[in-house]
This record gives sequence, C-alpha cells and structure tokens, in this order.
Amino acid sequence: MSHLLNRLNFLAKKNTGTFSDGHGVTTTENRDWEDAYRKRWQHDKIVRSTHGVNCTGSCSWKIYVKGGIVTWETQQTDYPRTRPDLPNHEPRGCARGASYSWYMYSANRVKHPLIRSRLLKLWRKERAVKTPIGAWEAIQTDPAKRAAYTSIRGHGGFVRASWDEVNEIIAAANAWTAKTYGPDRVIGFSPIPAMSMVSYAAGSRYLSLLGGTCMSFYDWYCDLPPASPMTWGEQTDVPESADWYNAGFLILWGSNVPQTRTPDAHFYTEARYKGAKSVVVSPDYSEAAKFSDIWLHPKQGTDAALAMAMGHVVLREFHLDRQAEYFEDYCRRYTDMPMLVKLVKKNGHFVPDRLLRASDFKGALGEKNNPEWKTVAIDGKTKKPVTPAGSVGFRWGEQGKWNLESKDGKGRDVELDMSFVLDGEHDEVASVAFPYFGNREHDHFQGTDHQSVLLRSVPARKLKLAEGDTLVATVFDLFVANYGLDRGFNDATCATSYDDNVPYTPAWAEKITGVPRDHIITVAREFARNAEKTNGRSMVILGAGLNHWYHMDMNYRGIINLLVMCGCVGQSGGGWSHYVGQEKLRPQTGWLPLAFGLDWSRPPRQMNSTSFFYAHTDQWRYETLTVDEILSPTAPEGPWDGTLIDYNIRAERMGWLPSAPQLKTNPLAVAKAAAEAGQEAKDYVAARLKAGDLEMSCEDPDDPANWPRNMFVWRSNLLGSSGKGHEYFLKHLLGTQNGLMGKDLGEEGRQRAREAKWHDEAPEGKLDLLVTLDFRMSTTCVYSDIVLPTATWYEKNDLNTSDMHPFIHPLSSAADPAWEARSDWEIFKGIARKFSDVAPEILGVEKDVVLVPIQHDTPAEMAQPFDVKDWKTGAVEPMPGKTMPAVAVVERDYPNLYKRFTALGPLMDKLGNGGKGISWNTEHEVEALGKLNGVVTEDGPTKGRPRIESDIDATEVILMLAPETNGEVAVKAWEALSKNTGRDHTHLAVPKEDEKIRFRDVVAQPRKIISSPTWSGLESEKVCYNACYTNVHELIPWRTITGRQQLYQDHLWMRAFGEAFCVYRPPIDTKTVNPMIEEKSAGKKSVVLNFITPHQKWGIHSTYSDNLLMLTLNRGGPVVWISEEDARTAGLVDNDWVEVFNTNGAIVARAVVSQRMKQGTIYMYHAQEKIVNTPGSQLTQQRGGIHNSVTRAITKPTHMIGGYVQQSYGFNYYGTVGANRDEFVVVHKLEKVDWMEDPLDETVTPKEAAE
Amino acid sequence: MSGFVNTLLFGIYPYVALVVLILGTVLRYDRDQYSWRSGSSQLLRRKQLVWGSVLFHVGVLVIFAGHFVGLLTPIAVFEALGVSHEAKQLLAVIAGGIAGVMGIAGASLLVHRRLFDARVRSNSSTSDTLIIILLWIQLALGLSTIPVSLQHLDGEEMVRFMSWAQGIFTFHGDAASHVAHVSPIFKAHLLLGMTILLLFPFTRLVHMLSAPVRYLWRPGYQVVRERNHRAAPVRLPAGE
Repeated sequence: MSHLLNRLNFLAKKNTGTFSDGHGVTTTENRDWEDAYRKRWQHDKIVRSTHGVNCTGSCSWKIYVKGGIVTWETQQTDYPRTRPDLPNHEPRGCARGASYSWYMYSANRVKHPLIRSRLLKLWRKERAVKTPIGAWEAIQTDPAKRAAYTSIRGHGGFVRASWDEVNEIIAAANAWTAKTYGPDRVIGFSPIPAMSMVSYAAGSRYLSLLGGTCMSFYDWYCDLPPASPMTWGEQTDVPESADWYNAGFLILWGSNVPQTRTPDAHFYTEARYKGAKSVVVSPDYSEAAKFSDIWLHPKQGTDAALAMAMGHVVLREFHLDRQAEYFEDYCRRYTDMPMLVKLVKKNGHFVPDRLLRASDFKGALGEKNNPEWKTVAIDGKTKKPVTPAGSVGFRWGEQGKWNLESKDGKGRDVELDMSFVLDGEHDEVASVAFPYFGNREHDHFQGTDHQSVLLRSVPARKLKLAEGDTLVATVFDLFVANYGLDRGFNDATCATSYDDNVPYTPAWAEKITGVPRDHIITVAREFARNAEKTNGRSMVILGAGLNHWYHMDMNYRGIINLLVMCGCVGQSGGGWSHYVGQEKLRPQTGWLPLAFGLDWSRPPRQMNSTSFFYAHTDQWRYETLTVDEILSPTAPEGPWDGTLIDYNIRAERMGWLPSAPQLKTNPLAVAKAAAEAGQEAKDYVAARLKAGDLEMSCEDPDDPANWPRNMFVWRSNLLGSSGKGHEYFLKHLLGTQNGLMGKDLGEEGRQRAREAKWHDEAPEGKLDLLVTLDFRMSTTCVYSDIVLPTATWYEKNDLNTSDMHPFIHPLSSAADPAWEARSDWEIFKGIARKFSDVAPEILGVEKDVVLVPIQHDTPAEMAQPFDVKDWKTGAVEPMPGKTMPAVAVVERDYPNLYKRFTALGPLMDKLGNGGKGISWNTEHEVEALGKLNGVVTEDGPTKGRPRIESDIDATEVILMLAPETNGEVAVKAWEALSKNTGRDHTHLAVPKEDEKIRFRDVVAQPRKIISSPTWSGLESEKVCYNACYTNVHELIPWRTITGRQQLYQDHLWMRAFGEAFCVYRPPIDTKTVNPMIEEKSAGKKSVVLNFITPHQKWGIHSTYSDNLLMLTLNRGGPVVWISEEDARTAGLVDNDWVEVFNTNGAIVARAVVSQRMKQGTIYMYHAQEKIVNTPGSQLTQQRGGIHNSVTRAITKPTHMIGGYVQQSYGFNYYGTVGANRDEFVVVHKLEKVDWMEDPLDETVTPKEAAE
Repeated sequence: MSGFVNTLLFGIYPYVALVVLILGTVLRYDRDQYSWRSGSSQLLRRKQLVWGSVLFHVGVLVIFAGHFVGLLTPIAVFEALGVSHEAKQLLAVIAGGIAGVMGIAGASLLVHRRLFDARVRSNSSTSDTLIIILLWIQLALGLSTIPVSLQHLDGEEMVRFMSWAQGIFTFHGDAASHVAHVSPIFKAHLLLGMTILLLFPFTRLVHMLSAPVRYLWRPGYQVVRERNHRAAPVRLPAGE
C-alpha cells in the first residue's frame, strides 16, 4: 500500500530463516518492486514486420509496442509448415536484426526535413521575389551561389525546414532541370526492391512518370554474377536455403553462411546431421570453416584455378576414362556441349570461332525463321547436321518448338553427338589454340611459365557450308581440350597424369593456389561420385568472396562447369547457390508496372550504374588498366584499341548498354524538332546521329550539358557503403573536399580515351542537388543537400521477399512515423503533388524521346548475329533497335503527374502484363483492383481508374497483378509460356488457381508464393525451390542462344578477351600502390596487402554499422583485420590505429591482429561509417574514409556486350559490374590521432594542407 | 528587523520547512520511487569527483552531526555532563572550521565540475545544479560566522541558537525571540539552512536517507525474499 508503511516494520520479524551456514537469509520484505521487471516486458500489441535492408534474411519479426513506442523485437515462429522430413524454417533472424529498434529513437534518427543552411538562405532570398522555378534558376545560373553550398557538402551546416518548403525546392529543381537539360538528368538511386518493394516503387514511379533515370544496383554492388546471364540467360536464380538439406555434398566457396546467412545457417547444420559431406573453400579461417570436413584455403583470387583443376579430375574420371551414364545424358540434353563450333585458321593453327548456325548452310538446313539464330549439332543416328529445337531462333517468330525435347526443328527425334573422338568420326585432328593468362607478371600472385598460346589437339569434322568446306568441332571436344586433358592423340601440351605441370592439372593448380593436389583430387572425385549416385545432389554455395574480383566470371564459370558436368544444375539438392544481394523480387511482374509507371507510359529510363558512375565520377580519367593487359593472345583481328571507357561508349552507341543522360540535346527538344521536321523520331534521331548534329552524351561525360543534375538516393547508403571510388564521387560528382591522391591520365601523360572527349580541367561538382531519404543520419545524408526523414521498417506498410525462402513477408506499421518522418510512398507522393503545382509554369504535356538498349527476352535480342559493327565508323547504317538503341516517344503529362502517380493507368488494360518474354491479358485483375482499392471519382485524366493512394493500396497492386500471389494470373502466365514451348505447363498452377494473396493475409502469416514462369524453380509439396528446375523437368529452354546451358561463349568480344571458355586469370594489377610507397610511406615500417571487403558480423547486413549495440560488441569504430605475420612486418600490435591507403585515398582504422587471417590480405568489413569514431588521416588531411576510399571501379569490356541473346541488356540483369577485390593497399601505423574537431576552415584546401 | 518579520522567518517558516520536508519526503518515497537516487555522475566523468566528493561528504557529515548534537541536545544535559559553554563553543569553532573547510573545498570542486564539464552539465537538472550551489553558499556562510563567534567565546550566542532550535521542536510560541538580535550572518545561515530542508524532498539529497549503511551489519550475503503469503492478488506477467 505504502512503501513507507511497509518499511515501518521494526517490531516484525524480518528474517525468517537462514541457509548456507548463515551466508543466506530469507526475508519477508515487500516484493512489489519486482513489478518493474514484469512491466519491462509488458506491451500493448505485437505487429509483424521485418528488416528492409539488403539482407537475404527476410525474417519474420514480432515488433512489440508499448505506449505507442516500439520497445523491442523477437523472432516470429509461425512460418507455414514444411513437408514431412524437412526441418522447419524458423526461427529466422539474427542478433543484428534484434538490435534494429535502437535506431528508431536514437540520436542518429533523422527527425525533420533538413537542408543545407546556405542553400536555404539563397532560396528564401530568391523565392521572396520569384516563382519557385525562377528562384532555382537564379541559384543555378550563378556559379558563385551554386558553389556556396556544393563546395561544403559533407561538412555540416544543416538546418530544419518544413516539408512544404523542401518539397517546393525539389519540385522546382526537377522541373527546371527537365526543361533546361532534359528529364533524364534527374537521377534516382535505390537498391534491392525486394527489401521493401513499395518504398522502391514510390521513387521509381515518380522518376519514371517524370522521365527521370532509375539506376541499377545489382551490377554496381558487384552482386550480379555476369556468368549467370552468360550461362543461363537468367539474372540469378538459386535454391532456397531449405534445399541445402536435400544435398549430399555441400561446398561452401567464398561464402560464410553462419556469419552472413545466419537465419538460414540451421539448414546447413541440419544437413550435416543428416550426413551430408561438406567442404569449405575460404582463404581465412572463417566461421563456416569449422563446419567443414575439409577446409581448403587457396590464395585469395585464385579460385578459378582450383575449380579448373577439379573439373580436370571430373572430366578425366567421369567423362573420358569412364562415361558416367547420368552425366553424359544430362550434358547431351541440357548443355551446349553437342553444338558445333567453327574453327578458323590464324597464325598457322586453328582458333575456335562462333557457333555454327543453320544459315551457314546452303538452304539453311530447311529453316526459314531466324536461321542465323539456330545452332547446329550432329545427329548420332544419321551423322548429319541438324538444328536441335530450343535454340533462340525457335523462340521468336514461331510457336511450339522452343523446348528441350530431343527433336530437331522438323520434329524428328534426334540424339546428338557430343564428341568426334572415335576413329572414323573425325576428319582430322586440328591443332587448336587456347589462350593462357597464368603466365602474366604480378607482384603478388604466383604464375607459371607456360606459353601464352596453348596448342591442343581437337578432333574435328569437315562440313560443306555455303562458304565452302569448313572445319567444325563440338563444344565438348573443345571444352575438354581447354582443360588440358589428353584424348589419346599423344598431345605434348596435354596432361596424361594429375602430376603433370600442365594447365589445368591438380599439380599445376597446387602451384597457383597453394592447395595440395591430393586435396583437389579428393574433393573433385567425391563431389562427382555423390552427384553420380544421387542424380545431381551436389551443391556449391558461393558468394561475394569470388564474385567481387575483376575476373569473377572465371571463378564462377569454373564452378558452373563443375556443376554442369556432374548434372547438378536444376536438381533438388544440387546446383549453384549464389547468395549475394537480396535479388529475388518474387512478385516481380506485378511490381514492375507500379514501379516504373508502365501503366501510363513505356518504356522507362533505366541505367546501369557501374558505367554511369565510372563516367560521371570521372573514374575513367584515372584508368590504369590498359586493354592489352586483358586482351587474349588469340583475339580475332579487330581494332582492340582505346581505353576501357571507349568500349563502353561503343557499347552504348551500338545499343548494347543504356545511356544516362542519353543525348546531349534535351530529349523534349529532340521530339519537337523531329515533329517539326515531319519525321518519325526514330528516323530523325538515326539520321541526325549519323550526320553528327545529335550527339550521344556518353561521348563527352564532362560537358556541362551532359552532367547528371538532380539525384535522389533512397533506401541506400551510396556514399557510405556502395560507392566504389568514394573519393572520386566526392571530388567530381559532389565537388567537395576529398582524399584523392592519384593523378589523372592527362597529368600523367598516359594514353587517353579515343572516343571520350578529354577536358584538361575535369569538372568538380556535377550535381546541382542531392536529395537523400533516410531514417538515420548516414554518411550519404551528411553529404546531401536535402535530407528527408523517412519511416523506419517498423513504421510503414510494404512487402519483402528473398531468394532464401519461398515466403512473402509484410513490413507493417507498428507505430506512426516518429517526429516529422513520413513513409517513402508519402514522401514521393508529396513531391509529385508539389511538382504538379510548380511545373506548369514551364512544362505542359510534352513528348519525350527515349533511347532504349536492345533488351533481353524480346525479339530484338537477335539483333546482331555475327560481327560487331559500329555505325560511327560507317561500317553499318544506324538502325534503331538493330545497330543502335531503339528510339521511342513517350508522352509526359507533367501537370497531371500527381494524378497519374496515384492511379493505375490504362496501359495495363490495353497492353496487358508480362515478363521474361511472355505476356498475358490482365483486364480482370485491373477490374478487381478497382473494386478493392476504389476508383478515382474526381474529374481528370485518371477518373475511373483504380486508386493507389496509400502504401497498402500499392501493395495490393503488386499482389493482384503478380502470378506469384494470384493463382489466376499464374495459370494465365503458364498458358502463355505453353504456347511458346508447345508443352502444357498449366498443371503447375491449376491447383492454386483460386488463391489470391492479399496484404492482410501476409500480415496474418507469411504466405508461400505460387509457382510462376517468371522463375525457374517450383514451389510445391514435392520439391524445395531449386533454380533451373523447370528447365530440366519441364523442358523449358534456358534463355540463351542454344536454349541450353551455355558453356561456350561465342560472341566476338568474348573470344577477343579470351573468355570463350573458362580459363584461369590472375587478378589484375591496379597500379595504385607502388607510386605511394616511395612518396608517402618512406622510412616507415609498412606492408602491402590485398584489400578485401567482406560482410560483417557487427553491422546490419552490408549497410548499417552505426548501431550502438553492435558497436559495443565490436570495437566501437572502424577496424581492419590483418595477420600476425603482416602485423609484425609493419610493426603493429592489436588495436593500433593504422592508415590504409593507395592512390585512390586513405582509410583510418584500428587494426585487429588475428591468427584467422591469411598472410597477404587485409579485411575491412563493409560500410563502417566514417561518422562514427573515425579520426583524420595525416596523408589526406581529411577524416579517414570508408572502405571504398581506396577502391576505384574498373569496367570489363565483356560485360558491355549486347544485342546477343543472353548477352543483351536487362536492368540489373547484365552490364558492367563494380569489381573491387584486385585492389592493394599500403598499411602503416598512424602517428598522430587527430579527431579533427575544429570548425571547417574553407580557405585551406586539403591538398595545400597536406603539402 | 521588525518583530513580525522575525516571527515569520524564525517562528513560522521553520514549521513550513519541516512540514514540507517530512510530507514531501514521505510522498516522494511512496509515489515516485524511481526518482529516489543520488544521481551520481561518476560514469560520465571521474575527474574531480573523487577528491570533490570525498572532501565534501566527510566535511558535511561532520558538520551535520555537530549541528544536530549541538543544537538539539538540551542545555541541561551539557550542564549535567559538566561541559562548559566556552568549551563547547571552542569545539564547535575548531571542529566545525576544519570540517567546513574540507566541505567547501569539496563543494568548490563539485560546483566547478558541474558547471564547466560539458558532459556533466548537459546531464544535470536544474535542481542538481541549484542544490550544490546552495550548499556551497551555506558552507561559506557557516564559515563566515566563525569570526563572529570568536568574539563571543563565552558561548552565549550559541545558547541562543540552542534555545531557538529546541523552542521550535517543543512548540514554544516565542522561539523566534531567541534569535531576534543575533548577527545578520547567522540569520542568513539559518534561513538558508531551513530553505535547504524545504528543498530536500525535491532534490537528490534524499539519497542520504537511503545510504546503504545497513550493509555493514546485515547478515547473509544472499537475500531470498519469501513469497508474500498474505498478498491477495496473484500477479502474472501480462501479455500472452
């Protein structure tokens, strides 16, 4: 009753007993105080949500709310059941997820709209007397005014402003930019739609209706493995984690499952209990290594050599000396191994040329439709050339023959020959040249002294073609020769024993990788033996450890080859499990119209970010990698000149890669000019480009007319995490102080680009306005001009999916957005509304000319069958969609942008919906959406259309239109595909036809998605989701040139750069270290190390590391990991402050000295924010940078290929990737720890200070 | 000072202060137990705290004991014990002087730290800052009475205060008259002292009532609290 009265117990007996020899007493004290602890765990409600970070977890969480405040979170445990004999999915979630609610009420929360005070002062002064657009123009056209705020980006100076005011500034900037330079100068970067689909769609819908450019992320993050599109015509498709349990043999290769896939790791443990054998390949003793039966630790970056040696063993033992029946049958039916390759003579020997096509024969083997796109093989029964069904030529222009049945184009049964090795089957044994790169010099990687051209004997047949008698060989025979296996031709350059020092024997690989040859042989043999006994239940889980190298394709294709030759791809418990980035947006086809405004206008503007940032942060001006360093010694004749950006420019011109901005002239003006000239836009653009009056922006990225002007960043930490070449961003894109220490090619007097125009003075500060939406004050926010406070993951309604499990998850609102925060959907809606108010001053209904690269999964992907011809050289006419980008005209209704944003447009009814090459009618779903969300009743262009007012409305659009969440659509989609393949696939969805998943359903419990042809795996009672399962079991072709798994890449550029077949290529030399050692580290103890940036244990996936709970568990600030030996060399002890630097910039961090590390490497975990506990660097006089301060993106020409079936552009599907693992750094002790707490002195430039 | 004001300040105000002290403390203890704490800032900054706090606490505790015994022990007791007023006055000046110097040295360190250490300052409430300043002033006033006392080594002045204090506690209506003619410094010291008592329940000073001295003699290192058999409502965790 009363605490005081309770204490007035002087006469009562308080101690009622003793125990433990009087050391303990029992008392009768009042125990009400214990309620405090009970109340700690009491709550008003539990809400289901998840964490929308770039993490494949997609875990279901209980969010506890008390008094309107989110108090804590725990794992949900109500996942739908699995099959008998399969462990449950739950509990899913990790310590990092459990720490998330800390952000919501932390000091680091962005609570109000913030703006750079200098910009706001300028704005208010101008706005007092001018219209919004006039005010923005006045600031932008005065260089001094503009520089006043752009030059201090990253140095504080934020003040609060009202939503109304910041929205007006943003709207005015966007409208003025669209009118002055073109709408494609408004750029938006947001990654991983799967992590919060509606939030992504909010910004991309706004940008797409405006005509702005949406940037890709998967390639830029280097999470995209280009080997996947090359081999399968599929961006990435992987087994769900439950499928690990079905495996009999698991290799974890450069993937640290317990640390970075924590919620899934239990399946790995369970598979081990079940009896699966496991091998872990990792240079360091990772958390995964302790799970393994055998731990292989090759030198970092040499994984391709290891994989090739394993392939060598498997081919020898299971394909040559003995033909495993299952393997042979699989390879014949599901791979390009039986296809024929032309051999052409060069320098006295043969070189593998392109795949043979029906059109090479007189009469085209009777094929009339697309004969140049039908590949050819020899039928084993008749020994005659046939065109096997399923190649891309059958996909377009005819129906019913695009399948993997063992038939040819005429419907006759065939059984294809894989090899001509037997006597009498070959006409001659050709000496074929294969490139070898393992002999190239590198300061830090061991090579061998073999010749650059390896001549190997290949059995070949002579065929009578239109051009005359030509020698051909099967892919299989060439493939085996490439692996250096002797076929009984007494070939001196081939190996007969594993101990021969010949590329690619185990003995050879031992030299390169340091892995003992007997380990290589054992692992390869057991991997294949398991696959043979179980029909392919051998699996490789691989990850960023392999994919972030410049030559990642080789690492990946080496492993893919191994899997394919063992028949593992497309089999339960087998295959290729690449878990890098949360790429699987399961209801993708329902989401696309919402996200890119396809319901109002098509096509949207999309850009591959790597090429964009390479050009616009001017990293190309510092390129150190020359083309001859990566060109193949067997390259066909061609002008292999210029620098890397020249290849990108050629690719953009030929319609291979997208462009942003597209044309130097405002596309709104181009449309007007075409109309005035009375020409169709595509004819006008082609003619003017040829004449030279129109220029593509890519040819002069530094001209102010071609700068990106406005940029939105949302759901991303571009400048604190993913921006490779961070200091280049700061210098050229933002124009602020930076730590760049290298010189550009002009200053160095090195070879300059041929196609890109060189300006002696590089621009600094291309962006007029950088707007970031975030809930925490990230490094990106710190560098922005305007920061908008957004809702956290527990304050909004959204959807979330993953490739690791088949469920669709909600994010749902547990509490209203705190302070002035708003959800992303509401923020962009607000900007759209303001834009529609402000823009009519200068913009009405406009026509916009949009350039579109040649797209994968459209008939246009058959644009350029043979040679590579650039219209700029006059070799060919510019023909839109064929030899140059397609040209489309899109109507933009700027005054009604807001109305369009909030209603579903009419193109869905008119054009239908679809994806990946098929389409279906979706009128019924649009009608149902109108009934569910209501229709617009206000007059105007959207009257009668279904509403998309709230974030929940938006989720319903996705769920209604997508086959994965609407059974009726799934059946329609399978029907559409059945027409193409001539086989009935609808049985895969008919049992679920009436299932329609609504948002409230997933809030109640996660729901399993419905099988759809968008994906290559199935969700059923019988199997776990496994990639390529429907290709193998439903005989749906892969979306490649042969329709099969493509092990031979025959595009001219693939051959030129030596990657037609998988080969070992050592890491490239980025040349960033040697200039620095003399200059900056003279007289100091230092060590040069390979800079590796894995995912960490103490950050929320790859993005959030400023969480106090996680910082407390680690060392409270940036750290790098080094080995004991390297620490000794550099005179370091654990916890010393070190500088890590090269010409790109410098990092300051504490050193963790650990036995776990392999000598020669340094780890810096991703995204350690420089806003936490980071002192200044003595070298740069700047605060120590982020992990990307010492990196620079280097593009690879083979990733620019386009117009060639699987190697055609698709957003986030193909394109240049931001590789960064080949980088080396110098490490030395930081002499003076300077926290740089004084105010910014603008009069001192950092360079002067450094000198 | 008029008789009215003197009575108000030294005859009535003591009762107001004491009532607020007692009722305020009881109510705070009952209604707001989470606020009952010393509010230590040791975690924020150790600097100056060890010296400041120890000096201050030792000094203040000695002074407090001296005032308590000196003022409230009936004069008859001293007389019975044969302690002369002179001796008592001398003791008070010497012991009080030493303790006072320790106390004010410690308080000075604490005041400086509280006002000029940014981290401590931004974590201080108004009452935290106010009370240490008042205590410093009170110590200063107390020390500045010493010269006055040295002029009355006969202890006569001290007897007035004893009579006043004991008069208050024994409800003598004219208690205020005992101090009507003492030095203004003493008056200020008395007034501030009563004010501190008045503020006591609203500040961190309440921690002196919970000083864990009992630990010195309590038996048993492990204390197990029995289930309260008399408590009627069964308490279950809420939620599920």
